[in-house]
Amino acid sequence: MSLRVEGLKIYYRTLYGDVKAVDDVSFTVDDGEIMGIAGESGCGKSTLGNGIMRLDGRMRKVGGTVELDGVELPIGDDRAMDRLRYKELSIIPQYAMSALNPTRRIRTITRDLLKTKKVRYSAEIEEFRRRLDLVGLDEKVLRQYPIELSGGMKQRIVMVISTLLNPSLLIADEITSALDVSTQRAVGEMIIEFRDRGYVKSVMVITHDLSILAQISTTILVMYAGKLAEKASADTIINAPLHPYTQLLISSLPEVGVRYEDRVLSGIVGTPPSLLDPPEGCRFHDRCPFAFERCHEEPPFDEVAPGHFVACWLRSKSSVSADAAAAAPVADGGEG
Amino acid sequence: MRRYFLKKISIYLLTFWVAVTIDWGIPRLMPGNPLQVFLLKFRAQPDAAKYLQAYFYKAFGFNEPLWKQYLYYWDGIFHWNLGVSMFYYPTPVATVIGQHIFYTMGLLVPAIICAYFVGNRLGAMAARRKVLDNSILPASYLISGTPYQWFAMLLAFFLGALWHLLPESNAFAFGTTPVWTWTFIGNFLEHWILPFLSLFFIMLGGWAIGMRNLIIYELESDYAHWLQMLGSPARLVRRYAYRNAVLPQLTGLALALGTFVAGQIVTEIVFNYQGVGLLFFNAITNSDIFLMQGAFLLVIIGVLVANFVIDIVYVLVDPRTRVSMMGAEG
Repeated sequence: MSLRVEGLKIYYRTLYGDVKAVDDVSFTVDDGEIMGIAGESGCGKSTLGNGIMRLDGRMRKVGGTVELDGVELPIGDDRAMDRLRYKELSIIPQYAMSALNPTRRIRTITRDLLKTKKVRYSAEIEEFRRRLDLVGLDEKVLRQYPIELSGGMKQRIVMVISTLLNPSLLIADEITSALDVSTQRAVGEMIIEFRDRGYVKSVMVITHDLSILAQISTTILVMYAGKLAEKASADTIINAPLHPYTQLLISSLPEVGVRYEDRVLSGIVGTPPSLLDPPEGCRFHDRCPFAFERCHEEPPFDEVAPGHFVACWLRSKSSVSADAAAAAPVADGGEG
Repeated sequence: MRRYFLKKISIYLLTFWVAVTIDWGIPRLMPGNPLQVFLLKFRAQPDAAKYLQAYFYKAFGFNEPLWKQYLYYWDGIFHWNLGVSMFYYPTPVATVIGQHIFYTMGLLVPAIICAYFVGNRLGAMAARRKVLDNSILPASYLISGTPYQWFAMLLAFFLGALWHLLPESNAFAFGTTPVWTWTFIGNFLEHWILPFLSLFFIMLGGWAIGMRNLIIYELESDYAHWLQMLGSPARLVRRYAYRNAVLPQLTGLALALGTFVAGQIVTEIVFNYQGVGLLFFNAITNSDIFLMQGAFLLVIIGVLVANFVIDIVYVLVDPRTRVSMMGAEG
C-alpha cells in the first residue's frame, strides 16, 4: 500500500467563504499503480494532487490524513514536508515546460536541487545521464540553458530531474495537456517505463483527458465537484462505468470509426456547481438524469465490486430502489 | 557574435554623429550674441571694444561659414581640442572640464554605487518579509518622492548651517588649494559627506522599490514554484530570484553611471560644489557655447560608453541574450 488518503479536506480561503475544492476524500494507491484522476475543470483534481505535494498560501487542510508507505505525511507543516518532498514524493508540474530557471544551465539546476537534499551531484551523474538517454536526450543538454531547448525537451528533463531520487509517489499534473497526440503517447509511455524500472513506485496522473488515461493508467478515479464519484480499473471505467456522471463523461468522448453526422455526440447538460456553497447530498443530483429523492442525502463511496467504488444511491448496497436501478442501465462502451 | 558587435558599433557611431551634430547646433541656436557677454569682462572703451569684438569674432571662428565651423568642431573632437572657454578665458575647455570632473566623479560614482547595492539589498529583503515590506516600501516611496532640492536643503540647513556638524558649502574650505596632503584630504572628505548623503538617500528609494517588484515577480514564476514543490529551502529560491531580478537593474546602473558626467546640477548648486554640474550651469548662464558643447560631449560619450558596456555585460551574464544573438546570426 503506497498511498492512503483518509477523509482529506482541502479548502481555499476566499473573501466569500471557504471553497470546498477537496471535500472528504478517501482512496488508496497501491505499489505499481498508475492512478488517473479525471474530471471537469474545477472539480478539485489539481487541488488534490498539488495539495498532497504542497499547500500553497490559499489552501488549507481542514481534515483527514495522508499516509505514504505507512508514514503519515505532515501535510499542514511546510517545513516538515520539505524533508520528504523530492525524496519520498515528487511532482511533474503542469507548467513543466517553464519550470526550469532560464538563466541556469541544466547541470547547475540539478546540482543545486540535489544539494538541498544532501545528495552529491557526482554520485548521481551517471544515473542522470542514463535516464536522459532513456527519454531520448543527449548528455550535452547538461551544459545547455533551458532557453536553448524545445518545450518537449524541457518537459522530459523536468520528468527526469523530478524522479531522479526514486520517489515513492509521483504526481503528474496535466502533463499531456499542451502536447500533440503522438507526443502525448510518448510521454505516457515514459511514465509507464519509469514505473516498470522502479524509478517511481506509484503515480497519480491528473488530467481532464480520459483517452490518455485509458492508455496509461491501471485505475481511474473520477471526481466531481470536490467529491469522489467513482474509482475502478481503467477498463471498467471506460467500458462499464456505474456512476451516471462517469457514464455521461465517457459518452461525451468521440469514438474512432463512428460518423457523428449520423449520431449526435452528447454532452452533459448544465455546469458544475459552485464549490463555495455546494448543493446538499449528491453534488451531481441537479444535472443527473436519474436523480430521485434519496439523492438529497449524501451517498457513501461504497465498494460495489472488488476494487470498484461508486458514490451513487442507485448502486449503493445499503439501499437500492429497484425502480430507480432499473431506470439506469449499466452503460457499455461509450453508448450515450 | 562578430556580426552582432559590428551592428552594435555602427549603431553607436551613427548615434554619436547625430548627437554631436545636435550638440554643435543647439548652442548656436540660442538667442543673443555670446560675444556680448564675453566682452563685458573687458570693460573697454567703446572704440577699443569695437576692435576687441572684431578680434574675438575672428579668434572664435564666427567669421567662417557654418559648414566650416562644423567641420572644425569635428576636427577638434578628434584632437581632443574643444576650443577655449569664454567664461574662463583663456583656459581651454578640456582643461576646465578636467579640473572639475574629479569632484563630480568623487561625489557621484560612490553615491550611485552605494545606493545601487544597498537599495537592491533592501528591496530584496522587503520582497520576502511582510514586516519589512510594510516599513521599507513606504519609506522608499517617501524618500524617492521627496523633491531633491528640498531634501538637500534640509540636510544643508540642519546638519550644516544650524547644528554646524558638517560644512554645507564648497568642495573644500575657502583659502586652501587642492594638494595631496592628509589635511586637505580630510578637509575634502568633510565637505563631501553632506552632498554624498543627499544623493545616496534620494537614489536609494528607487532601487529598493524596483528590486522589490522584480523579486516578487520572480518569486511568482514557474521555476520558483517548482523548486518549492520539490522542497528546496527558501535560500535557493531567493538566490535564483535575485540573480534574475538584478539583470534589469544593471541597465539602470549603467545609465546612471553614464550620465554622471553631466554632474548633478542641483546638488552642486545647493552645496556650491565645484563639479561639472556647476560648470554646466555657469556655461549656460554666461552663454559660453564652447564650454556647453564640451560638457554635452562628455554626456554623449558617457551615455554611449555605458550602453556599450552594458551590452557586453548582458551577453556575459544573461544567456538569453546570447541565444537571441545566435538566432540573429543563424
